[in-house]
Amino acid sequence: MSQAIKKHHEPLIHITKRDQMVWWKGWLIRAIAILAALVVSGGVIMLLTGLNPISVYAEMVDGNFGSSRKLWMLLQKTAILLCIALAVTPAFKMKFWNCGGEGQTLAGCIAAAACMIHLGDSMPGWLLILVTFVMSVCAGALWGVIPAFFKARYNTNETLFTLMMNYVAIQLVEVLEVLWENPKNSGTVGVINRNSQAGWLPDLFGQRYLLNILIVAAVCILVYVYLKHSKQGYEVSVVGESQNTARYVGIDVKKVIVRTMIVSGAICGLAGFLLVSGTGHTIGPNTVGGQGFTAMMVSWMAKFNPIVMILTSGLIIFLQQGATAIATTFRLHDSLADIVTGIILFFIIGCEFFIQYQIHFRRSRKEGVEK
Amino acid sequence: MSQQISAVPAIELRGVTKRFGSVVANRNVNLTVHKGEILSILGENGSGKTTLMNMISGIYFPDEGEIFINGEPAVIASPKDAFDYKIGMIHQHFKLVDVFSATENIVLGLGKAEKYDLKDAEERVVEISQRYGFEVDPKKKIYTMAVSEKQTVEIIKVLYRGADILILDEPTAVLTPQETQKLFAVLRRMREDGKSIIIITHKLHEVLSLSDRVAVLRKGEYIGTVETAKTNESELTEMMVGKKISLNIERSEPKDPQVRLEVHHVDCTNRQGTLVLDDVSFSVNSGEILGIAGIAGSGQRELLEVIAGLQKTDSGAVLYHNPKTGNVDLLQGKTPLQIRELGVRLSFVPEDRLGMGLVGNMDITDNMMLRSYRKGKSAFLERKAPKNLAEQIIEELEVVTPGTTTPVRRLSGGNVQKVLVGREIAASPTVLMAAYPVRGLDINSSYTIYNLLNQQKEQGVAVIFVGEDLDVLLELCDRILVIGGGKVTGVVDGRTATKEQVGLLMTKSEGGEQA
Amino acid sequence: MNELLVFICGFIAVAIKQGTPLLFGSTGEILTEKSGNLNLGIPGIMYMGGVSGVIGAFFYEKAVGAGELNPVWGVLIPLIAALIGAALLALVYSFLTITLRANQNVTGLALTTFGVGIGDFFGGSLAQLFGEGGSLSVKRSSTLFRSTLPFAEDWGAIGELFFSYGFLVYLAVVLALVAAFILRRTRIGLNLRAVGENPATADAAGINVTRYKYAATVVGGAIAGLGGLYYIMDYAYGTWSDGSFGDRGWLAIALVIFALWKPKVGILGSFLFGALYVLPAYIHYGENRMVQYFVMMLPYVVTIVVLVITSMRKKREHQPPESLGLPYFREER
Repeated sequence: MSQAIKKHHEPLIHITKRDQMVWWKGWLIRAIAILAALVVSGGVIMLLTGLNPISVYAEMVDGNFGSSRKLWMLLQKTAILLCIALAVTPAFKMKFWNCGGEGQTLAGCIAAAACMIHLGDSMPGWLLILVTFVMSVCAGALWGVIPAFFKARYNTNETLFTLMMNYVAIQLVEVLEVLWENPKNSGTVGVINRNSQAGWLPDLFGQRYLLNILIVAAVCILVYVYLKHSKQGYEVSVVGESQNTARYVGIDVKKVIVRTMIVSGAICGLAGFLLVSGTGHTIGPNTVGGQGFTAMMVSWMAKFNPIVMILTSGLIIFLQQGATAIATTFRLHDSLADIVTGIILFFIIGCEFFIQYQIHFRRSRKEGVEK
Repeated sequence: MSQQISAVPAIELRGVTKRFGSVVANRNVNLTVHKGEILSILGENGSGKTTLMNMISGIYFPDEGEIFINGEPAVIASPKDAFDYKIGMIHQHFKLVDVFSATENIVLGLGKAEKYDLKDAEERVVEISQRYGFEVDPKKKIYTMAVSEKQTVEIIKVLYRGADILILDEPTAVLTPQETQKLFAVLRRMREDGKSIIIITHKLHEVLSLSDRVAVLRKGEYIGTVETAKTNESELTEMMVGKKISLNIERSEPKDPQVRLEVHHVDCTNRQGTLVLDDVSFSVNSGEILGIAGIAGSGQRELLEVIAGLQKTDSGAVLYHNPKTGNVDLLQGKTPLQIRELGVRLSFVPEDRLGMGLVGNMDITDNMMLRSYRKGKSAFLERKAPKNLAEQIIEELEVVTPGTTTPVRRLSGGNVQKVLVGREIAASPTVLMAAYPVRGLDINSSYTIYNLLNQQKEQGVAVIFVGEDLDVLLELCDRILVIGGGKVTGVVDGRTATKEQVGLLMTKSEGGEQA
Repeated sequence: MNELLVFICGFIAVAIKQGTPLLFGSTGEILTEKSGNLNLGIPGIMYMGGVSGVIGAFFYEKAVGAGELNPVWGVLIPLIAALIGAALLALVYSFLTITLRANQNVTGLALTTFGVGIGDFFGGSLAQLFGEGGSLSVKRSSTLFRSTLPFAEDWGAIGELFFSYGFLVYLAVVLALVAAFILRRTRIGLNLRAVGENPATADAAGINVTRYKYAATVVGGAIAGLGGLYYIMDYAYGTWSDGSFGDRGWLAIALVIFALWKPKVGILGSFLFGALYVLPAYIHYGENRMVQYFVMMLPYVVTIVVLVITSMRKKREHQPPESLGLPYFREER
């Protein structure tokens, strides 16, 4: 038989989806990526400050663990970020791209502040806290369910809708700031109930943030159990994996979308409650400060696993606090923290490729063996 | 070598073989297509028709053999190469951008050398349409078009690029009889214009009315080419389905058959707006296996989905005779959950195993729960029973897997199917529907599935088996319902019917009258 | 009557100035989204464009010292710096989402975090790093960007309405028109739209999907970066102040939806959004400050309404590009 077949052009690199990587290899790749990110961000800081590499990391560690106050800040900030990350996770598992963590949390903040300001004198402290809590959770849920309703009903693009809802919430805070301004014409709300401390979450064992942290720890376990062991969580996974299968087994997909976003928004509302009632005792358009967005990345980096999220949120806050500390020492802008966060995110986002896909070079492919 | 025919053939294939892994899709196929002729490629599902044509249009590359275009050896490594040889293929799944107009789609991807002028292009589209008798509005958006119009756009796209050889993959599958006639008129005009046309089909009357010659494939093998004028339906059917092969599948007599499920005059229109079920009526008895035979896409999937509550009907009724209560329940218009709440134990092994029947990324235990997770009042999942079930299925059906925690996506095709069928049977159904349950399975796994279906039958379950291999259908089923083009074309006894009889019924798509 | 005309012309002129950064941003994002990439990093890219431009101007001013700025270099250096800075960041996004197939939402948000960080950091610290103290300010370069046509002032209200802008405002409109032309009337535009709608079909038609996605995202990013440049060099008189750019990046993304992915509509939309942005300044302060902030909420609310209505009416021409947000991998069916 004459061979008229000329070798046709084959690309140099051939990429295929991996079947599945051994779990430890995946985490090894991620660890390497984090390490590489630390090296790069350390290098960037070195260039900007002239610090030697060792002292960059020493400064970072000091910025987080240098004093008990710093340590408590680390834990507290991690808790809040973790809480929002936990909130967006059920939606993500359902492949509903909830980019509205910022707005949903802020909605919770608004409700909390409203309760504390307007109901501050009218009921006993414990009841006020309870009411504040419930209202915050409801407000967050409301902010989350609006886009979900339109997604379920009209298939409205949820990414864009939830994004816009963030800024509606931020502007709403601006409006309310005028209403709640204290003192007049200061442009800020100031500390709410400074004297009476009505609606403030109490200190626990003399620690201001301990209660916050415990609440988030409980939420973390609850979300883990909800997703892994509850029937509703199971439905979320099925809908996220395949809506076709969900219909086949009789799951009402629309109902699950709406219900899951209520859960998602409610936990965001809880984070808002912790921010206002438990931490800052004030409200402003920057109260959430972009953590709604960072939380999305925390959740995604942890592969939507609530327990791993403790690590990823801790890592982000560690870097941010560390970079801020360095920035303060060198009288640089504290957005150094954002740069460092950005770098580490790029590395982690990029490394997922090597976990999910396999790269074959032309040479390594055996002749004639094709699948 | 074989150039007795005066004109050089437009295409000639010599000894072409294509393998996918261990499966041979085409073995040693020889084929010639002349200029100005219409050649039909006839064969059952899975006979390798599309694979063969994909090698001519540059999608696949043959493992062995040669292709000659106009007498010259040709290397067709990509669709672009095919275009350069003036070969164009119209695939079954249209490759069109929905929000673009017809003309925009037609000029999409043309070389930079061509000036981009939509007005000019529109005129050319109109010109081509008039020449061959198409009716198409060049400015119309694809998403507002009926399927036949989209097909027209695909054909014009190929002609616009100056193709001399057109390959159409089952073009009439989506068309009404009137539209089919129009298409045939167009194809005849192209033939007069000197173009070569290859049409893949399995409708005998179309083959006979349209083509000059017919090439028949069966299970990847090239059977032969005959001139249409010198053949008839029964000869073609025999070439297509071949002689009966004995498979030795056991078959017992139905015990105490009672009507379990009745389908009355069901009409159903799919999302694309085509009528996929047309006045379908039949019944299924307990303790029997009812086979459903038909060309792929004749409405089998929709029929099962209608029964399962996944597809809405336009009219008609689905009735379930409940053996426990003696009631007759109406199933159509109910959701799968409502059907289950009626106490109807209906199991369904869908065609799309990983996309519908199972969740690929979940492990075997979690997939076991898909049907049963709602059980009990607790808000939490109970994984003990599903895990036991998973272990039981792994052991009894010899599923090859590292364990119950392996995602089903990672199992081989046969093992995936065992998990799915095992789960559906574990629900102790009264009606079991299985769509192509042995597709892609090796011999051993296939027999495991046949045995399972037979066991269910003996336990008094009404089994509906949608299959594609006529040999299997004839040996496994008690009765066979044949559908063609969404209509029931006949019900035959599985013990007495012949392969030719079923084959003829399958290809008889235009209702009752003999083609 | 005449006074009213002057007032209206003045208001519109301010609205246009306010809308220009949004117009750059939305034109860039429309090109990007037409390729199927939902780049939520646009706010970061706009920051990056702005700060790169300022840095370019800063170093040029330093190099010239007390001498006169050459108007050509004084404009070109910041302009090119902004284009490169923004394009580089868009390239990072492209590499991660197109080549490494990362999740677009996550990548975009990371990019915004990074870009805003870079912007604020260098905007706030560059002067410090060079031992000059105070905030970063390039007033001399800014005058070049702000220079208007000589007869702008002679023509009164009409002059203000049409000629009172720096050249970047005209460039924004021209770019939007060019983008509209390319998308509608050229083969490149047709191919690009096909990539964003249905990459598999585009691929089958022989279009290099990867190349189009890269090109659209990087060019789109560079254009968006000009929005940041305009804001800082023209609107803000060359002085960087922390966070003053605000949510303009997100408004630009909102504008894309509002304009239904049509650059020409984006021109009008940007002026409308600009008007809503400045309207509060025209409403008197005091008790009405709440109204003022309500008005600032309007662009987002209007965008949501547009988004909902278009999804309810399901008119295909008004939907986002069909493959928006999805990575394309040929071997995945």
